Amino acid sequence: MHRHLFLAQRFSALLLAPLVLAHIALIIIAVRHGLTAEEILSRTRGSVVWAVFYGGFVIAAAIHAPIGIRTILNEWTPLNGNIINAFAIAFALVVLVLGLRAVIAVTVVTG
Amino acid sequence: MNGLRTHRSYVAFLGHRLSGIALAIFLPIHFIVLGLALSGAENLDRMLAFTDLALVKFAEWGLVMLLSIHLFFGVRVLMLELTKWPNRTDPRSDWIVPSVIAALAIGVVFLLQL
Repeated sequence: MHRHLFLAQRFSALLLAPLVLAHIALIIIAVRHGLTAEEILSRTRGSVVWAVFYGGFVIAAAIHAPIGIRTILNEWTPLNGNIINAFAIAFALVVLVLGLRAVIAVTVVTG
Repeated sequence: MNGLRTHRSYVAFLGHRLSGIALAIFLPIHFIVLGLALSGAENLDRMLAFTDLALVKFAEWGLVMLLSIHLFFGVRVLMLELTKWPNRTDPRSDWIVPSVIAALAIGVVFLLQL
């Protein structure tokens, strides 16, 4: 269990590293001319590339962040392991659902 | 013990952890804001207009810094764990300061674009 979680967090980190670097570059480019919904959505909507990029980002983050939070809660709080595991799973689902919803909102919906 | 906790490796460990916690709190909020586009671009625009406030700009800069710090310290952790680390003088132990400088450089570039 721990070994699998360790590996899952490291592999998701390996995927996230280049995605985060690209995302930071995009943030800097995007804020250059002021953030507007039109500017963001005209770039992302209907684009398979952005859907895959941000979809991959969300899935990797939904794996990476909850495992990290689980480790921190285990090491820094007296909480019961089962409660921590339940929280980590719930947090993973929240990130995954909200994240994929956001990806759909900025890449798929055209209305 | 106190000596260990002032060691720069511990500071890097703490920086990686605390930035990770802050990002984990921010992530769902970020997704909710982006999800506003589902109900029309106007809703997202209203929220983006809010981001024009100076205080929010400062928060945005903070987030870029947190993301950069977590990225560079995270890459350091991956290198420490997944590659061969033969001795104490290995240059990877000296990656902490360059990681902070790289994160600060990204923060400065972000500020220059505002």
